[in-house]
Amino acid sequence: MDYVIEMIDITKEFPGIKANDCVNFKLKKQEIHALLGENGAGKSTLMSVLFGLYQADEGHIRVNGNDVHIRNPNDANDLNIGMVHQHFKLVHNFTVTENIILGSEDTKYGLLTYKEAREKIKELSERYKLRVNPDAKIEDISVGQQQRVEILKMLYRQAEILIFDEPTASLTPQEIEELMKILKGLTKEGKSIVLITHKLNEIREVADRCTILRKGKSISTVEVKGTTNEELAEMMVGRKVVFELEKTKAKPKETVLQVSNLTIKEKEGNKEVVRNVNFKARRGEILCIAGIEGNGQTELIYGLVGMLPIKEGSILLNDKELSTLSIRKRSLSGVSHIPEDRQRHGLVLDFTLENNLILQNYFTSKYHHRGFLKFDTIRDNAEKMIDRFDIRSSRGPVSLARSMSGGNQQKLILGREIDRNNDLLIAVQPTRGLDVGAIEFIHQQLIDQRDQGKAVLLVSLELDEVMNLSDRILVMYEGELVGELDPSKIDEKELGLYMAGSKRGEVS
Amino acid sequence: MKNLWKNTLTLIAKRSNSIQVLSSLLAIVFGLLFGLIVMLIVNPADAFPGFFTILTGPFQAGMRSFGNMFYRATPIIFTGLSVAFAFRTGLFNIGATGQFTIGAFIAVYIGVHWGFLGPFHWAVAIFFALVGGGLWGALPGLLKAFRNVHEVVSSIMLNYVAMYLMILLVRRTVFFGDHARSLAIQDSAELPKWFLGSIFPGSSINIGIFIAILFVAVIHIVLNKTTFGYELQSVGFNKDAAKYAGMNEKRNIVLSMLIAGAIAGAGGATFFLVGGRYLHVNAVLMPQGFTGIAVALLGLSAPIGVLLAGIFYGFLELGGLFLQGFDFTSEIIDIIIAVIIYFSALSLFLQKFVASYIKKVTETDIEISEGADIK
Ligand SMILES: Nc1ncnc2c1ncn2[C@@H]1O[C@H](COP(=O)(O)OP(=O)(O)OP(=O)(O)O)[C@@H](O)[C@H]1O
Ligand SMILES: [Mg+2]
Repeated sequence: MDYVIEMIDITKEFPGIKANDCVNFKLKKQEIHALLGENGAGKSTLMSVLFGLYQADEGHIRVNGNDVHIRNPNDANDLNIGMVHQHFKLVHNFTVTENIILGSEDTKYGLLTYKEAREKIKELSERYKLRVNPDAKIEDISVGQQQRVEILKMLYRQAEILIFDEPTASLTPQEIEELMKILKGLTKEGKSIVLITHKLNEIREVADRCTILRKGKSISTVEVKGTTNEELAEMMVGRKVVFELEKTKAKPKETVLQVSNLTIKEKEGNKEVVRNVNFKARRGEILCIAGIEGNGQTELIYGLVGMLPIKEGSILLNDKELSTLSIRKRSLSGVSHIPEDRQRHGLVLDFTLENNLILQNYFTSKYHHRGFLKFDTIRDNAEKMIDRFDIRSSRGPVSLARSMSGGNQQKLILGREIDRNNDLLIAVQPTRGLDVGAIEFIHQQLIDQRDQGKAVLLVSLELDEVMNLSDRILVMYEGELVGELDPSKIDEKELGLYMAGSKRGEVS
Repeated sequence: MKNLWKNTLTLIAKRSNSIQVLSSLLAIVFGLLFGLIVMLIVNPADAFPGFFTILTGPFQAGMRSFGNMFYRATPIIFTGLSVAFAFRTGLFNIGATGQFTIGAFIAVYIGVHWGFLGPFHWAVAIFFALVGGGLWGALPGLLKAFRNVHEVVSSIMLNYVAMYLMILLVRRTVFFGDHARSLAIQDSAELPKWFLGSIFPGSSINIGIFIAILFVAVIHIVLNKTTFGYELQSVGFNKDAAKYAGMNEKRNIVLSMLIAGAIAGAGGATFFLVGGRYLHVNAVLMPQGFTGIAVALLGLSAPIGVLLAGIFYGFLELGGLFLQGFDFTSEIIDIIIAVIIYFSALSLFLQKFVASYIKKVTETDIEISEGADIK
């Protein structure tokens, strides 16, 4: 059998943890091979070894049957291996084109052939329906679009072996569908693909085989066709996973959040990205704002928490007007916020786990005495939270956030915000990048919050999550609320119609 | 033997800061080697004895030269601390020179004119120098916070403004025309020596070194132990996250620059509150602020590191003085220091180098933190 990649007995140790322990992984030509495992199982590490970001301590790698040493990403590039990282590595104040050509600049007479590159990128982006504006600045485009820039970057470099580390985490269902088509198309053109994802349906849809990692070890490699989702999940977690949520009917009580006539302008420019929005969130319910990415949900949330100024309207939290208050004052009035962009807003990556856990309340008397931090309390808190939310890392409280796996970074933020016990919990894409077990756990936590009388405002792009978790759905389209739906009375298809703007209803 | 080396390195690998420390030491070694090469080229016969002098400078002349070493280190510890503090909060204070200059003028002015203060004379002079330096430093902070002007640009320009302002003010208020310099400060304004005079007989050392150490201690505590330091560093590492967490980024930027400026201003005072030292009216920027950048880099932006690096600088400078006994100019020292600056600026590269070496010997991987990103 022809393998394009063979990783044999790969071991990779970080201080405090064996991230890969004698892992075997083989990629056939023209296959899509899924890599599945819990958060922290070592998937990103394994692929980083293949891409030359880390050196394996033991084991060896063969590409097309030849032993190779991949010392850095340039070596990987030369072997036509490309990777889209879990957290994008883009320069924020550069344009899309500049980012894509960065590091592989074509020159003519010593000058950058920017124009040609731009054309090529435009063409690629149209061919693969990635729809990015080559002249937009990264800081101005959404996370979803940034992801697509990363994909373009790899295609631009003509990689033959494509590694996707959770590429769908930030795409909408439609975009995911398109991406899946693209992936299949790519294999027809001779490319071979490694796909890291936590979504079993995606694996089922496109992958030929699947390798399962658990706690750094490769458990097995299976044909996707002959394996059920339940079996995959069980191999991955090591126990049975319940896919159905235990959720009783919501018993909404009084209003916690009342938003009236809210209008918000985009960050730079004059366009109104949120227009005349009115809604209420009540105690004891999970209210979901659904919609296709880029329809104003992000700005709506930024406006609520104070990260973006509002043009008009009022935000009442327990009858207190928030719209004129600072971010800190709103937060102290009872707003918890799980942000959309975990690495940009949610974490200080160069702080330790324990210091990230106090980001929202380091200034409260619990954590300081006359301005001096109480290190014992901080440590106790971290140990408690690690335990409660199963936050895994190599060195516990003192691990740098930067060194933690993506899903565990997310759990850190979730834990921090839920633990604040506020009346309003805003959760934007709370389970992005989490494994099935962790999703189950977090959903349960959100339901518990609801049952304790909190108002949970959920923003999610994932239809599954929207349908299963929410008690009431508001659909946002082009900055307006275009429908209020009861998840028990509609199906995904109808929800999709609202999200696409082809159907409108009343919002109370 | 080989095992011992391996065990030592493994131990080092386990400590979180060790790699950075090693790379700083390596920068020093490279700087010294480069200096040696230059000396070999310039004057091969005296190169090795001269180099030996640099390395052993203060040891050759006993306690007096140790006193002088601390004396020379003092202003650099201040400016280094100023730059390091700003670094840790995400700002590049290239304006320490200007803040130092403002502090120096205020101290000299008070030293010349405010004799009525008696025993409090020098302390009051330092206090106002601190305030003046702080306000001068706050200017680029305000510009950055409210006008989005990069602090590097504005503080470089303010260096020149400070220099000309100082010349103007010296001419107007404390000028000694015969020598084109400031008047001598009164005795009561000179920093006292206390018991240091008897420990280091004949040296110029004064309590400035204690004030420097006090500042180092205070800044260390503020950065590492307080909520204020936590907040400043959050803003420095990731201002988007700081904003998300409700921190007031603008206020923090202004405060950071204010404090950095105050430290440098106090440094200017301790340097000039010494008998026989005067402000000159030449249009030359004072070098201490720039040396401070080197010391901050070498000291890894940690207050304690700055203290050690500053003392090391004093050591080298003294060696440079002794070097004139040979057929060398003391500029050799400047070259060595310049090379050390370059290598500490490349410290991330050196860290990777050290990390990969350690890994080879011990097979342990090491996290390298990239530190505050300075934009
Ligand atoms: N640079 C590093 N330094 C120290 N530990 C690390 C480093 N990178 C990863 N780790 C640790 O190695 C383990 C595996 O991490 P990895 O990122 O490979 O997980 P993953 O399977 O990709 O998880 P996720 O699904 O959450 O992205 C984690 O426990 C993580 O904390
Ligand atoms: Mg990962």
